[in-house]
Amino acid sequence: MKTVITSTGNTLDSNFDLRFGRAAYFCVYDEETEKIEFIENIHSNDQGGAGSKASEKMIELGVTKIISGDFGPKAMELLDQFKIRLILMSDESKKVSDILNLMKK
Amino acid sequence: MNNLSKKEPFKIAVASGKGGTGKTTVSVNLQYFISKFWSEKVLLLDCDVEEPNDLIFFPESEITGNKEVHLLVPFIDTQKCTFCRKCVDWCEFNAIVVIPPVKFAQVNQSLCHSCGACIVACNNGAISENKVSIGEINNYKTQIGVGLTEGKLKIGSAMQTSVIKALKSEDFNNAEIIIYDAPPGTSCPVVTTVSDADFVVLVTEPTPFGVYDLSLTVDLLKEMNKTTGVIVNKSGLGNNEVYEYLEQNNIPILGAIPFNKNYASKYAQGNILKNILIETEDFYKEIISNIKKYIN
Repeated sequence: MKTVITSTGNTLDSNFDLRFGRAAYFCVYDEETEKIEFIENIHSNDQGGAGSKASEKMIELGVTKIISGDFGPKAMELLDQFKIRLILMSDESKKVSDILNLMKK
Repeated sequence: MNNLSKKEPFKIAVASGKGGTGKTTVSVNLQYFISKFWSEKVLLLDCDVEEPNDLIFFPESEITGNKEVHLLVPFIDTQKCTFCRKCVDWCEFNAIVVIPPVKFAQVNQSLCHSCGACIVACNNGAISENKVSIGEINNYKTQIGVGLTEGKLKIGSAMQTSVIKALKSEDFNNAEIIIYDAPPGTSCPVVTTVSDADFVVLVTEPTPFGVYDLSLTVDLLKEMNKTTGVIVNKSGLGNNEVYEYLEQNNIPILGAIPFNKNYASKYAQGNILKNILIETEDFYKEIISNIKKYIN
């Protein structure tokens, strides 16, 4: 079971990123191995299709849950097809570590 | 009037940069007054395909033609696809999603620009093209000149330029003059609209926003080597910045149309061609005679 948290940076101290397709980094948390990995979103500044590309990456990684501020229609359509759970949070002052701690409780 | 004796119609584009300066008002009036004082064979072409609205001002119009505009959009056969992702690398628009572990390959129609690169990229013959409708072209008989033709983009499509190009490739042999009502801004749809124009009328308003966006459009048209002239619409509002800018940059003023609240309310009711005031006629007479001066 892998969960992704959208992040503005590549450390646990980084703030949560409200955007999905345009997030700077994806924090991938593997619940079984407890391994945490940060992946740079290489499409964050693309002109279009950033949401599709981010979704493509999620499905490729075998992610089952994504925590972000919002999801665009193209991303949502793809993620829905693969039954990925989308969790919305609106508090951008939260750090990635805060969210991870909430999950572990 | 050498230009009119040629078979190719004379094309006047009406552009602005800023939205809401009066492109449509000027386009509709220009067609009306050109038909009265210059040539009856004048056509109005609504190139603002995202929201064409010239038709509003012709309540007695009759539709005479309708045509769909198609684009070829690639389709991936997942039976033949090896999920190598070469097409994904070639696609400039992020329109293709290929996910090897789950054997997923799909083209997103709203992101695709129909460039055809993916078909060339594919070594497995997995990509073929399907016809997709992106909009329509409507021809109308109006009471003015040789009527109105409009392009209408389907909601959700990003292919404005394809609809504009299809619109322009219509047969307009019956027209001596064509007026292009351009979209706002300075991006691709505007470039496509003005690309083959013989003269560009820029409509601006004397506000800081009007001047700033006008300057962007002037820079664009300079690069495209277009002959231009400016109409200052809603004059009397704002400040003098626009006049200073035009003087500094040596851009001719074709005319100024004073701001008039009653006129704005006529526009809102779609009535600008009803009970035309003599002063309005005078403004456009002057504008037309100035356009004639600059095109020679």
